[in-house]
Amino acid sequence: MALLRQLPGWIYLVMGFAFIFLPVGILVLFSFTSSSIPLPPFKGPSLQWYERLFSNERLVEALINSVIVASLSSLVATTLGFLAAYSIARNPSRWDGAMRYAVMAPITVSYLIIGMGLLISFHVMGVPKSLWAVGAGHVVINLPLCFGIVLAALGEHQRNIERAAHDLGASDFQALWLITVPILRPSLFAAFCLSFTLSWDEFIIAFLLTRFDVTLPVMLFEMLRSGQNPELNAAGSVVFGISMSVVLIAILFTISRRKPLTLPRR
Amino acid sequence: MAESDRVIDRSAPIVKARAAERPSGRHINLSRWAVVPTLVWTAIIFAAPIVFMVVVSFWDRVSGKLEATWDFANYAKFFSKSYLLEGLFNSIEVSLITAGISVVLAYPLAYVLAYQVPQRWQKFLLVLCILPFWTSYLVRSYAWSVILSETGVLNTVLLGIGVIDDPVQLGYTRGATVLGFTHFFTMLLTLTIYANLVQISKSYRLAAADLGASKIQVFLRITLPLSIPGIAIGAFITFVITMGDFITPQILGGSNEMLLPQAIILQIQRANDLPMASAMSLMLMITVTIAYFLFARWLRMDRV
Repeated sequence: MALLRQLPGWIYLVMGFAFIFLPVGILVLFSFTSSSIPLPPFKGPSLQWYERLFSNERLVEALINSVIVASLSSLVATTLGFLAAYSIARNPSRWDGAMRYAVMAPITVSYLIIGMGLLISFHVMGVPKSLWAVGAGHVVINLPLCFGIVLAALGEHQRNIERAAHDLGASDFQALWLITVPILRPSLFAAFCLSFTLSWDEFIIAFLLTRFDVTLPVMLFEMLRSGQNPELNAAGSVVFGISMSVVLIAILFTISRRKPLTLPRR
Repeated sequence: MAESDRVIDRSAPIVKARAAERPSGRHINLSRWAVVPTLVWTAIIFAAPIVFMVVVSFWDRVSGKLEATWDFANYAKFFSKSYLLEGLFNSIEVSLITAGISVVLAYPLAYVLAYQVPQRWQKFLLVLCILPFWTSYLVRSYAWSVILSETGVLNTVLLGIGVIDDPVQLGYTRGATVLGFTHFFTMLLTLTIYANLVQISKSYRLAAADLGASKIQVFLRITLPLSIPGIAIGAFITFVITMGDFITPQILGGSNEMLLPQAIILQIQRANDLPMASAMSLMLMITVTIAYFLFARWLRMDRV
């Protein structure tokens, strides 16, 4: 009886998840088709579209560009986010609220607006479009997230360990590098991975700020103009696969390291 | 400083005693300045360009070059050209429809997840629920365009079960844009509403039931009002992101209508009119800010 009453709920749950997974499922399924259009009926399986994908030089180049931009910008965003969070958490002052707001501000503005601002400023100042500009923009969009993640992980108990290190003769820099950073490593790594996946996927800023050397999403957008094509399915599946791997590595790494880090109490 | 000392008082008196011997503030100076690079970066790469964009929106493009004319010509043009103003209204409409449908679809999903699914499965299903977030939105929109195309999966299925006799135009319509958006935001709203639902104490519902409320009454008078913050936050994020997204309408929507971000990109690519594009971007920002104040007020009022 209870099960019967719950039945509509379960059916809705299954339908909901089917809806959520439908596009990914179709995308991946038809990347293995042997026909020249990604439409039913499904023929195959075949890997020909993946072969074409990896022999497409411009696409592979865009993929490498994306990995470089995402890695570098995430590294900078994580570092800057960490420094800001550390500074604010360790030096309570009446400016805390204002500084927090200033660092978090980019999260309230659309990527389109951030990209437009950079496009116009660079245009007027005569700075040419480049992957560097894209990376600088990606740092801005990821900074608030890195800052938030690290700030949430900075607790008072760590501060006591830092003080202990100082008492034992560590310099400021040593305490930071040998104590604080290792304690925060899981959060820093999670922040880096999240930034990486967001930068790696980001389209509009990259679209506005690049011309010849482009990132993967911009390249895929160019390919889309010539219509539906299983090669795009294959490329999309690769993008999804890489993002998923980064996310899974982040989850595994943070879970395996999640041990309470406190001073032993007497 | 005072507050942190108090915390240490409670947890580790010995550390405090030693720390007090140190010359005060010696190790604090370095970390106090650590926030500066971040603030400088945000100021140069985020704040200054947006301020500059606002400035340029009062300039004009005169014979191919930018000229600081300091007038409202771009804004006058925005409000007088119906196709530009329509872009804004289309965007608002699509964003509101998306937010509405997403709430209706996501609420039951979050409800079943929070109250019916056994606890040990909830976390797993939530992770499953957010996995498609990591298909890039470009790829996701493309996947929907494949599903919705004339001989695509959806038409094939509908023909197969006899709902329709001929393929229906599904792609390249406003409906397709809304569907693409709704798919993404159903996931997001499921998360925000779920997070809200699990916080509502079970005793409220039990007390209402004890006092004779029917299941429907418990839902309408206890659960639903208490979950409005989760709905409002999710719906607001939905509205903001939908308003600013170029890719989904570009890939899924037809050529019949344009949303504001598409109109902005067109100004840059076709007309190469940066001042006009700036003015339109500012209109987008203003709309989102107004929405923020409307949502914030609504949220607070319901909490009282």
